[in-house]
Amino acid sequence: MEHERYFIKQISVFSENRPGRLAAIAKAMEEDGINIFAFSIAEADGFGVVRALVNHPDKAYRKLTGLGFVVSFTDVIGVKMRDEPGGLYEVARILGEAGINIEYSYAYSGKEAAVLILRVDNIRSAIEKILAHGGSLMEAAAFR
Amino acid sequence: MFWNERMETLKGKDLGDLQLRRLRWTVTQAGRVPFYARLLGDASVGTGDIRTLQDVAKLPFTSKQDLRGGYPFGFLAVPLREVRRIHTTSGTTGKPTVVGYTAKDLSNWAELIARNLTMVGLGEGDVFQNMVNYGLFTGGLGFHYGAELMGLTVVPSATGNTRRQIEMIEDFGVTAIHCTPSYAMHLAEVAGEMGATLETLKVGCFGAEPWSEATRGELERRLGVSAFDSYGISEMYGPGVAMECPEKDGLHIWHDSYLVEIVDPATGEALGPGEKGEMVITPLVKEAMPLLRYRTGDVTMLMDEEICSCGRGQKISRILGRSDDMLVVRGINVFPSQIEHVLFSLPEVGEQFMVYLDRIHQLDEMTIEVEMNRSTFSGELRDLHRVQEKIASALRETLGIRTDVKLVEPGKLPRFEGKAKRVVDRRGVLF
Ligand SMILES: [Zn+2]
Repeated sequence: MEHERYFIKQISVFSENRPGRLAAIAKAMEEDGINIFAFSIAEADGFGVVRALVNHPDKAYRKLTGLGFVVSFTDVIGVKMRDEPGGLYEVARILGEAGINIEYSYAYSGKEAAVLILRVDNIRSAIEKILAHGGSLMEAAAFR
Repeated sequence: MFWNERMETLKGKDLGDLQLRRLRWTVTQAGRVPFYARLLGDASVGTGDIRTLQDVAKLPFTSKQDLRGGYPFGFLAVPLREVRRIHTTSGTTGKPTVVGYTAKDLSNWAELIARNLTMVGLGEGDVFQNMVNYGLFTGGLGFHYGAELMGLTVVPSATGNTRRQIEMIEDFGVTAIHCTPSYAMHLAEVAGEMGATLETLKVGCFGAEPWSEATRGELERRLGVSAFDSYGISEMYGPGVAMECPEKDGLHIWHDSYLVEIVDPATGEALGPGEKGEMVITPLVKEAMPLLRYRTGDVTMLMDEEICSCGRGQKISRILGRSDDMLVVRGINVFPSQIEHVLFSLPEVGEQFMVYLDRIHQLDEMTIEVEMNRSTFSGELRDLHRVQEKIASALRETLGIRTDVKLVEPGKLPRFEGKAKRVVDRRGVLF
């Protein structure tokens, strides 16, 4: 199975908790015509990580690095959610039963469906389980 | 390689005899300064009382404050018309300290610099770029004339315009540089950005501020130089007082020109080899401004070995801190150089750090902002926490105190050209 098809490159940017950093990132993306599909901020104790899903991760990486940001890629998966109650529970149950930990997650509304972004501790196994249970995953090709 | 082999390798009785003769001359010369005439009179000590080198302990100490009190020319032992040059050192408050040089002083000084530069392997054919402040600061002209004396091709580039400095290194085929270690780090950063390889560089002389072995490793790797620690203070001419030989294990201080004592900063009591304390220097050949037992404020120690494998004599250790930079945090003595040493030995730490001291609810709190290393960022918040904890625990182990470590983005902290001011003490006055 070609797991890499479903490895989505999330951009993770180190950020001190200073007002304006997020705006600076957004502005940089806009300047280069890069769309941000979704982002989340995790912060604690004086610093944080801005996580973003963009349509051109490599371009975004170059742009932000060039501006002095500290950036790295993180592999995540995007689960297309059925637009009905219980969808989130189902994903959590499938992964939980397989002993896969969700490190963090966030969501956005895609064109056809809501998408749940997941960072898990075993990405290959997560992909297999979700597909095996009839779930559908975003392909990395949608983000480049 | 020696510039003046006889003087550089003088040891034992020969050295002792020369030092004693010169010490007696210095006491006589100092007697021409009203300040010292009074001090020596009060202590009933004269040249005749100096019969052995140990008798130096009979002489009074001289402090930085004493020199300030003599502003501008109170410490000159010769008429102003015999003074060929003046330099000043800026104090933290008020007037600077003025130092004067006779023609003989200037030639003595150039000779000491020539010894240092020869010791680190330079000679005719080398191109030397002197990237420190010229003018009143002693580092510029001091190195300049010493380098010229020994036949180097000197590029007096002074400070500023780092890109231009890098272009000159490449265009002129510069083989040796002199600057502060923090400026050298900045130079390496900018050279990296420019894609400059600095192919011709082989020797870096770094001084005027303390720097760690970790910084040495970094500078040697990034600039492609062999990095040598250089020590000097304006009151002792300037740079040239001591420097590392290729052993890079302590600095050779020129014993024929400087009589070194290491004392307990609090009591003034003499300390032996291997014991850390404040370095007290009595210059032995200074004409215009002789000084007696000058309290340098620099913390170091005499090394145990009396002879170095290079053939020269007893060394002092690299400067461990300033007796007056010493921070007392929750009753514990901390030297900023210790903090630097810890931080720059950790791969997760980037290029700069800052230390802030605050008093919160009657308790000293030390906050350390650390630029993170770009290449060790994983993208995960928990890894950042791990780095933060690793730094704090390394600091706790060395300093014996708890610190609050904050990670910041690379390039966000101030860069320093000249002396780095990495400690901001906001504790104010004690009530
Ligand atoms: Zn040596």
